[in-house]
Amino acid sequence: MLEVSGIHAGYGKIQVLKDVSLEVEEGTIVTILGANGAGKSTTMKSVSGLLKPSAGKISFLGEDVTGLRPDQLLRKGIALVPEGRQILAGMTVLENLEMGAYHRKDSEIDSDLNKMLERFPILKEREKQLGGTLSGGQQQMLAIARAIMSRPKLLLLDEPSMGLAPLVVADIFKIIKEINQSGTTVLLVEQNARQALKISDKGYVLETGKMVASGNATELLSDARIMEAYLGKRSS
Amino acid sequence: MLIEQLINGLTLGSIYAIVALGFTLVFGVLGIINMAHGEIFMFGAFIGVMITSTLNAPLWVAFLGAIIITAIMGYLLERFALRPLRHKQGVSHLAPLISTIGVSILLENLSHHLFGAGNHPFRTSFAEISFQIGSITIYLVQIVIFVISIVLMLVLTFWLGKTRAGKALRATAENLETASLLGVDTKKTILMTVIIASAMGGIAGILVGMAFNSVTPQMGLSMGLKGLAIIILGGMGSVRGAMLGGLILGLAETFIVVYGDSGYRDAIAFLAIIIILLIRPQGLFGQKIST
Ligand SMILES: Nc1ncnc2c1ncn2[C@@H]1O[C@H](COP(=O)(O)OP(=O)(O)O)[C@@H](O)[C@H]1O
Ligand SMILES: [Mg+2]
Repeated sequence: MLEVSGIHAGYGKIQVLKDVSLEVEEGTIVTILGANGAGKSTTMKSVSGLLKPSAGKISFLGEDVTGLRPDQLLRKGIALVPEGRQILAGMTVLENLEMGAYHRKDSEIDSDLNKMLERFPILKEREKQLGGTLSGGQQQMLAIARAIMSRPKLLLLDEPSMGLAPLVVADIFKIIKEINQSGTTVLLVEQNARQALKISDKGYVLETGKMVASGNATELLSDARIMEAYLGKRSS
Repeated sequence: MLIEQLINGLTLGSIYAIVALGFTLVFGVLGIINMAHGEIFMFGAFIGVMITSTLNAPLWVAFLGAIIITAIMGYLLERFALRPLRHKQGVSHLAPLISTIGVSILLENLSHHLFGAGNHPFRTSFAEISFQIGSITIYLVQIVIFVISIVLMLVLTFWLGKTRAGKALRATAENLETASLLGVDTKKTILMTVIIASAMGGIAGILVGMAFNSVTPQMGLSMGLKGLAIIILGGMGSVRGAMLGGLILGLAETFIVVYGDSGYRDAIAFLAIIIILLIRPQGLFGQKIST
């Protein structure tokens, strides 16, 4: 479904990604692991169009989408929930959700909105409140719900569990699993490696801008060397 | 006497509010002060003079003409003076501000060429019509100005709060990247914002021409500085702040002329900036575009 082949990307003169390739098959959950500063967010920004790769190719559903803008990629079916959630703090919870459906013109927006409020009762309770007044966990739910409102084919999640309490983290992983089961493909970036791999089909390990390992989630979970290097510190 | 002054102050203040809204919208989405806004406003006033005096056309044609011309000026400003500087490596973040200063100087010189340096009267067919209510005199032109300003503010508030394009503008103002991830074509939204802000400046130009029966090439600079003072007073990027700040400044100026020294009239705006910056630097409503 998504094929990233040999991309280089960075910020101005700073090269971050060097020849990064990865593949996401339709219907799966794929996780990118790696230490802080490894280039995980840079990869997500490249796939979602926030950054233009200086070399390499990204194709989605068989079409070359390298260099497209985020709003164009959203229309093709790629939605990103960025690191730090990026809720529109000055807009209400309801308006945030409506903005998720900004590009849609179909007649099912309202019913999707109601479904979303039903799935996340806490958002319904606070629908008139400004996004900025929500707690971290609630903001993450809102960010995910907002992305779902765009009906993505591929959902990119950049560290959705960051800064959240363990109970909320478990909730978030459950939601990701559900989203996937309802037919959306997921590309996930996580530092909560063990939990992420448990719900994933495949994993990649990024180190200082290079892919250093990849494999089935179960393989990675049982690979002692990788577990120690990347997954050992934060067990759950 | 008091009520008459109140009406004078509200009339002036509502025009200030429209000018300040133009500043605040552009600041909201681009994070820069558009120093050319005052000159675009002045062009609106001159277009109004040309259409009503030279062409002898009715006032609504003047509004239409000013809106179209200043909207085009807004388009050109964004397309050729602002966009080329955006997201460029090695371009200082001050560059767009300097660029708008350049455009403002260009426009002021152009207006000297086109319209001459002198003072142009702005005649309206109903300039002398007034109503007497008890001891109070109200001019029709004041009512027209006030009504147009209030309607414009209501329409803008509704548009920002309830329409798809208005929400896209607010999202862009809050976070450009997030807005683009949500499917907003932020380039288009920015262009649209500068066009709308400029057209509002053009409308304000005609309103000022009507209120003071006078239009000069220098009026852009002083109005530009006052607009700037108002958005600092109201909070950069705040729509409510621009509206209330405009009304406050209009009332304060009117009352100082009546009860104080008219020589200090233009100083009020800047005194207000200094005080506000000292005690409440985020302005009265320190928030980005919201309703
Ligand atoms: N906006 C930016 N400008 C310059 N360098 C950046 C920027 N964002 C990230 N970087 C650098 O790129 C590298 C990778 O960052 P990032 O992709 O955010 O890592 P991760 O998400 O894996 O923690 C880091 O060295 C970081 O300092
Ligand atoms: Mg990151």
